[in-house]
Amino acid sequence: MEILMAIVIGILFTCATYLMLSKSLLRIIVGTGLLSHGAHLTILTMGGLKRGAPPLLGEEAPFYTDPLPQALILTAIVISFGVTALFLVLAYRTYQEVKTDDMDKLRGYQGNE
Amino acid sequence: MSFVHMAILAPFVFTLIVPFLYRYIRQIHTGWFVLVVPVLLFLYFIQFLDGLSMNEPIRTTVQWIPSLGINFTTYIDGLSLLFALLITGIGSLVVLYSIYYLSKGKEALHNFYVYLLLFMGAMLGVVLSDNLITLYMFWEFTSLSSFMLIAYWYHREKSRYGALKSMLITVFGGFSMLAGFLLLYIMTGTFSIREIIAAAPGIVEHQLFIPALILVLLGAFTKSAQFPFHIWLPDAMEAPTPVSAYLHSATMVKAGIYLVARLTPVFAGSAEWLWLVAGFGIVTLFWGSFSAVKQTDLKAILAFSTVSQLGMIMSLLGVGSAALYYHAIDDNIYIVAILAAVFHLINHATFKGSLFMVVGIVDHETGTRDIRKLGGLMSFMPITFTLAIIGSFSMAGLPPFNGFLSKELFFTGMVRVAQLDIFNLDTWGILFPILAWVASIFTFIYSMILVFKTFTGKYQPEKLDKKPHEAPIGMLIPPIILVSLVVIFGFFPNLLSYSIIEPAMAAILPGLLGPGDHFHVHISFWHGWTIELFMTLGVLTLGVLLFLSLRKWNGIYDYFPQKLALNKFYDGGLVLLERSSAKLTDSYMTGIMRHYLTYIFAFFIICLGASIFLLDAFKVDLTNIAPIGVYEAVLSIVLVIGALVTIFAKSRLTSIIALGAVGYTVSLFFVLFRAPDLALTQLTVETISVALFLLCFYHLPEIKQDKRTELRISKLIISVGVGVIMTLLALSSHSTKLIESISSYYVENSYTEGGGKNMVNVILVDFRGIDTMFEITVLGIAALGIYSMIKLRLERRNEG
Repeated sequence: MEILMAIVIGILFTCATYLMLSKSLLRIIVGTGLLSHGAHLTILTMGGLKRGAPPLLGEEAPFYTDPLPQALILTAIVISFGVTALFLVLAYRTYQEVKTDDMDKLRGYQGNE
Repeated sequence: MSFVHMAILAPFVFTLIVPFLYRYIRQIHTGWFVLVVPVLLFLYFIQFLDGLSMNEPIRTTVQWIPSLGINFTTYIDGLSLLFALLITGIGSLVVLYSIYYLSKGKEALHNFYVYLLLFMGAMLGVVLSDNLITLYMFWEFTSLSSFMLIAYWYHREKSRYGALKSMLITVFGGFSMLAGFLLLYIMTGTFSIREIIAAAPGIVEHQLFIPALILVLLGAFTKSAQFPFHIWLPDAMEAPTPVSAYLHSATMVKAGIYLVARLTPVFAGSAEWLWLVAGFGIVTLFWGSFSAVKQTDLKAILAFSTVSQLGMIMSLLGVGSAALYYHAIDDNIYIVAILAAVFHLINHATFKGSLFMVVGIVDHETGTRDIRKLGGLMSFMPITFTLAIIGSFSMAGLPPFNGFLSKELFFTGMVRVAQLDIFNLDTWGILFPILAWVASIFTFIYSMILVFKTFTGKYQPEKLDKKPHEAPIGMLIPPIILVSLVVIFGFFPNLLSYSIIEPAMAAILPGLLGPGDHFHVHISFWHGWTIELFMTLGVLTLGVLLFLSLRKWNGIYDYFPQKLALNKFYDGGLVLLERSSAKLTDSYMTGIMRHYLTYIFAFFIICLGASIFLLDAFKVDLTNIAPIGVYEAVLSIVLVIGALVTIFAKSRLTSIIALGAVGYTVSLFFVLFRAPDLALTQLTVETISVALFLLCFYHLPEIKQDKRTELRISKLIISVGVGVIMTLLALSSHSTKLIESISSYYVENSYTEGGGKNMVNVILVDFRGIDTMFEITVLGIAALGIYSMIKLRLERRNEG
């Protein structure tokens, strides 16, 4: 399962990188979203998968999955959500002010791409 | 803290008072107050003269950074004292001169005297320091204060150019010197010059010896304006004339000479030292005197003349280092070169200082320094003329002035080079006396130009702004004192020999003397029909002939290719440096974010890929992995499809929904991987995110796909690279377990210590509560940021 997850993570990162290299601001934000999903799954996978019960002591199981990566991911999800929200509003305001979401044009670059 | 330390620091301390004196006592020229400092220091230092030739040198230490071996150690021996006397003595005269040279009302005197005092203190620090790092500190202080003094009239373009040039060149040399000092430290383990000299015999074979030698020499050559670093000195003539007289003839440019003389006991005895010091010195001597003849500005002539004379002293020090090769004092014929160097050092300071002051007077009283405009000033300025003629004749090496004596000694030293049987000098050594002789002819010519083109010939009142007249007496006193010294040293050279020259030589050549012994120097005016005398006669004859026919042959300077001039190289080099670095920066700092991201990702791929490959870190451990269930397989496929759809989506709505699908799949993964809290949070967050996207997308334009295929291919290569590296990293790190997990602690103690059964929540709010606190802060900041971005519209408000 870990090997499969590693490959899935690789694909997520590939897509995220590809999107982040685009010139459309929205695509870049979508890319960062994929990137954070990839990162979260990486943390979880590195902690080991499907070993024991959910980390709730009420289960009274002999083994539990590692609770520490889950706590870390929970923190990361919330933070990336905050950043994404800010980023989105920033993109929205940028478009409102300068009427473009093309990264090249935002720089003032008159390329013919 | 000894008196010597206080003497070094006195000028620095006095700078604090100078602005107040200038501000509150406007009736009296600030220079009068400043004058007290060098005079007192001179009187203080002169009392050391007494017992110096007999007694041991005086050494005092103030701890500065003892843990690094850096202390403020002062050391007074013959060489330091000679320089200290030059600095304070000529400093007093220059300050006196500047009182009459700079007007009280028009000039920013407080700046001038602050810089001058800074320089004086720094220079004293250089010559009196025993610690290399302290010496370096003061050395850079002289560069800095010299920079400020050259640019004293900072509203002039040329002053700023000259200041920048001298700064760049001397600081370049200073840094090299520092590196050389550090190498010396590595070799000997001490920064103290005394101890390095004591350890010197052991370091000749060290592999760092030659690099240290070259680096230290770079520092000395740049400071002392040796070929090819001499180019800053003529441009430094934009400084006020007292500054030129002080810094650029008598003191700062001799700092390099001091350094070479000071470190002679460390490096001398090696062929490299002799060849480099003597070789560069003699080339500088020749080039300086050759270039001086073609100048038309009086100060430019003096600048090149200074370059040339410094080259002469440098070459003498180089040749004199052969004396250390023969470890005997009897019939050691090379000691004479060191004697000539020390003697000429003093002589040069006297006559060059006076000549600069004379030129300053001419400039001050006529309004120009251009020899094409000057002429026939003899009858207007008889005293100045007398001073100029004595100074110039001494510079040309004519009897009965002191320049004659040192030039004779110089010829003696150079002729003996050809007799050396070491370091291949028996073949190429013959070039030394020849170059020295030719350079002396040019020296003679420019000295004559200096006097006769200015003071004799036709008087051209129409070219002058003012009617020339004799200078005020206060301005004449300093050059008169210096010129008297020129004459006195000329007639009574042995006045100096016992008190200062012998101790200075003993400082340059330690180890040649037994305890209690000292050099016996007797400079005689007449020593028979020697080869040196005939050389001088030749210089005189040819010099007079060439000077009289100057107009016929000075056309050769026009043939000299301007492109080969060193200034062109310097200016061109600076322009080239600026242009190419601008070009380089422009080539990668495009301002396009995609390019920067490409660099970052490429760096990521290369670094991690290379380290995985080089460290042989990749491995796959299949023993400890979970089985793949049907659900997971299906979810993986959904996740991959969702991710791919975001790339290929033509419309923004599709890509947003695809992103949402990926997010929900991730939360399903969390369910499968037994993380209920994560699944909940992910579900909520994803919903809100998608809602936010949907809110925004309405206000954003349609997605435009990149059309150019090569761009897409490069993007594809980079993104696949990142993905592959991440996969490899994930696999290897999963297969490499270095230490056990600490999670068993949480499992065991969640309930007993934290009082909760949900381990994730106990970790978040109890074990690692600070994470959570700041995560809440992040959310708060994001919320405030969003609010202010929407609410605050300063630009529009200003417009409205």
